[in-house]
Amino acid sequence: MHELSIAMSIVDLACEEAESHGAPGVDVVYLKLGLLSGVAKEALLFSYEIACQQTPLEGSKLLIEEVPILVDCPVCMDRRSVQSLQSLCCVQCGSPTPEILQGRELMVTAMELRQ
Amino acid sequence: MISEPRLVLVRKNVLKQNDVLARALRERFREAGVLAISLVSSPGSGKTAFLENTLTLLHARYKVAALVGDLATENDAARLARSQAPVKQIITGTVCHLEAAMVQNALDSWDLRGLDFLFIENVGNLVCPSSYDLGEDLRFVLLSVTEGEDKPLKYPTIFNSADVAVITKSDLATAVEFDEDAAKRNIQAVRPGMRIFKVSAKTGEGMPKFLDFLENQRLRSRSTAAV
Repeated sequence: MHELSIAMSIVDLACEEAESHGAPGVDVVYLKLGLLSGVAKEALLFSYEIACQQTPLEGSKLLIEEVPILVDCPVCMDRRSVQSLQSLCCVQCGSPTPEILQGRELMVTAMELRQ
Repeated sequence: MISEPRLVLVRKNVLKQNDVLARALRERFREAGVLAISLVSSPGSGKTAFLENTLTLLHARYKVAALVGDLATENDAARLARSQAPVKQIITGTVCHLEAAMVQNALDSWDLRGLDFLFIENVGNLVCPSSYDLGEDLRFVLLSVTEGEDKPLKYPTIFNSADVAVITKSDLATAVEFDEDAAKRNIQAVRPGMRIFKVSAKTGEGMPKFLDFLENQRLRSRSTAAV
């Protein structure tokens, strides 16, 4: 369960960002979460609330956009999705696809600041 | 008057701080010409026995050192020190994984020049360590024959984050009716093309082949460092 430490990093990052914009508080934090990031969405949402306590982010919402895995298929020679996390094979032709283009994201993309 | 909230674009990695430290460590390893290897696995998969054996075998010809992470006790450092290699324990307290800052702190007073291999044994955990870059050149994931062949399917993220898989405790394979083909198939399903070794720290089976691989990797990283 490392989601609490991830949530605390999100809060630190968001506090810094709010301060640099001179905002007194934050309403929403937008996060991209890749399916291969190793972070569980539900656990992160739960931890986020705890991590926000007694910070300028208290009462803010974390909006998570889950990012699917995209790979470079060596046979189709194109960007493809995979069959599943348990089968990293091209969804179209079934070839094994070691090269991952997307799905490891753990990124704050935007914030709504209180004025 | 209540004004509308203001939307600002951020685009920053949550683990930015860890990533920056990991990059600095990687650069430090490269400059020192040391090959840094981290080990991840579930608790009890034989990381420490495997590492003790590896350190002992390498120690005759190379300068090797190890960091070992655990929530508590210095037991593993004491075991690894029997190999005669310098070893340092990282006690994480309640933290379930190593972070780049912990590695940096542990290496603070170490002169890495002259070292050939540095091993970093992560906390036994197949979930949390996958998100944290430690600056290592290679990440090994260990899977013991007693754990079940479907471990890679249950923990795909960490297997995917690793570069090499090592099947450990091969001396017990027959006793537990380990299906090696199924295990290898499952590893390939979550990390296509992953290199797999099968070893026994107890009998030494598979260790020479594994050591050859380590030596080749070191030569390879040194030749790129020299460019």
